[in-house]
Amino acid sequence: MIRHLVLPAIVLTGALGCRDKATRDAATEHYGLGRPATSAEIATRDVDVGPDGAGLPPGHGSVAEGASLYAAKCASCHGPEGQGQLPTYPRLIGRDSIAEGFPFARDPRLVRTIGNYWPYATSLFDYVRRAMPQLQPGSLTDDQVYAITAFLLSRNAVIASNATLDSATLAAVKMPYVGRFVADDRRGGREVK
Amino acid sequence: MTSQVSAPQDPTKAPGAPTIAVGSRSQFVNAARAPTGAIAGSSFTPLQDLTGTITPSDLHFEVNHGGVPAIDPARHSLLVHGLVQRPLLFTLADIKRFPRVVRVCAIECAGNGSLAWGGGTFGKPDPGLTPQQVAGMTANTEWTGVSLRVLLAEAGISSRAKWILAEGGDSCLFARSIPIEKVMDDALLAWAQNGEPLRPSQGFPMRLVLPGWEGSTNVKWLRRLELGTRPWMTRWETATYTDPLANGTARQFSFVMDAKSIITTPAYPETLTPGWRAISGLAWSGRGKIARVEVSSDGGLSWHDATLQEPVVSKAHARFTTMWRWDGSEAILLSRATDETGYVQPTRAELIRARGIGTLYHYNPIYGWRVMSNGRVFFRGDT
Repeated sequence: MIRHLVLPAIVLTGALGCRDKATRDAATEHYGLGRPATSAEIATRDVDVGPDGAGLPPGHGSVAEGASLYAAKCASCHGPEGQGQLPTYPRLIGRDSIAEGFPFARDPRLVRTIGNYWPYATSLFDYVRRAMPQLQPGSLTDDQVYAITAFLLSRNAVIASNATLDSATLAAVKMPYVGRFVADDRRGGREVK
Repeated sequence: MTSQVSAPQDPTKAPGAPTIAVGSRSQFVNAARAPTGAIAGSSFTPLQDLTGTITPSDLHFEVNHGGVPAIDPARHSLLVHGLVQRPLLFTLADIKRFPRVVRVCAIECAGNGSLAWGGGTFGKPDPGLTPQQVAGMTANTEWTGVSLRVLLAEAGISSRAKWILAEGGDSCLFARSIPIEKVMDDALLAWAQNGEPLRPSQGFPMRLVLPGWEGSTNVKWLRRLELGTRPWMTRWETATYTDPLANGTARQFSFVMDAKSIITTPAYPETLTPGWRAISGLAWSGRGKIARVEVSSDGGLSWHDATLQEPVVSKAHARFTTMWRWDGSEAILLSRATDETGYVQPTRAELIRARGIGTLYHYNPIYGWRVMSNGRVFFRGDT
């Protein structure tokens, strides 16, 4: 349809040597719509954290602080031991030795806990800060998010039980199974992948 | 319910009802989604109650990760920032001033088919499943919006930008990383569905539509687009929406939905009587057009081509139909889709061989319906 509209415009331009300057085709023109965003407006919304630690805020929190915060803010849904309540609240804590072969596709009963599955520790901080607790999202301070992240990583045997996390130490955490994640190689055609 | 349904013995002998402001379905029609009721929950489209190719907006399936937010469009804006020359804020009114693109396409949740897979318990799929339960997390509608590449050109995309973070304005700030190639190809920022403003559960006032890609990347209630050099690795592209494979890996950023089909009638819990009847179903592919749908009535021993309703639209639901004469003996009805890339919808056994019984998401096995000699129809997922 677009082609039908564009062609007559080109013909007219060629034949008459002029064209209605007040109309434009849906190409890569600038329309001058929207308004500039201020740095303050960007900072308010720009909450994301990258796997390299980019976007992690100042602050810190310890495993011990996280333990009491978890009991107060998280345990009512996810359980005092992070065991979850299915189907709504996933199990968070668990580092099963059987997960070492990453056999999730062979054993559907193996739970994708933080320690068994999550490839990046930064995702945990990012998610808790975005979305938790479910009934009061966005209510945790950055220090509290660091502490809860530290508690969950410690209980999943990823960091020590006396650890404290800040932007540098969290960015340095390497999750056990990050190397198990692969790019999508499906391309259509005959093969079933 | 029956007590609320009433009609005169002869409707031609009584005056009809006057006109009304907003229409509703006939009191004799009960098509409805099946909501789980949870904040982070879903509701499935009743495929068995629909025909044609367009899904009514109020029956379009939902999957929400932080509930459905109530957004005042006058106080909503979309921030575009990161690797752009000019960070910009757009209101809904701004978005509507851009060139308008209208496109029909399907959106399917990556988890569609999980109930019918039966992997969690190593069990066989439950025979008591309806089309809604088997495949009700797909829907096909007409979207109006602005091409995302046109919108982003307004901000000026840096050549260093390779990924874009799309973030919703819901209570979990749902966020997914999208490769810039998809943005430059056919991504839409949509603000209308089936000719009216988006409904709240479909992203009001604005959402992403990424034709052919798993539903969760079509971020609803969009409030922010950030351009960057690498994916952000949000929870929803690491801990979830990744697909464990039989070789001890997990497939990540598995965006495209492979070809799939399902017969929507006859299906459980219908009871058939012998004689001719139409078999009707839906087929779709995230890679383009459906090229062919074959139907079998003998469990896959023999196949013949069903008729595809024209026009067949790329990355959209196609309606197929064929006539079948049931002779009263046991039968197994199957459908098998082929898309324009030559991909053929696999059996469940083929998928298990390729991915493992415990794989998650992207379930597209051949589905069937077992017709018993007494006419009762049951789901047949073990193909």
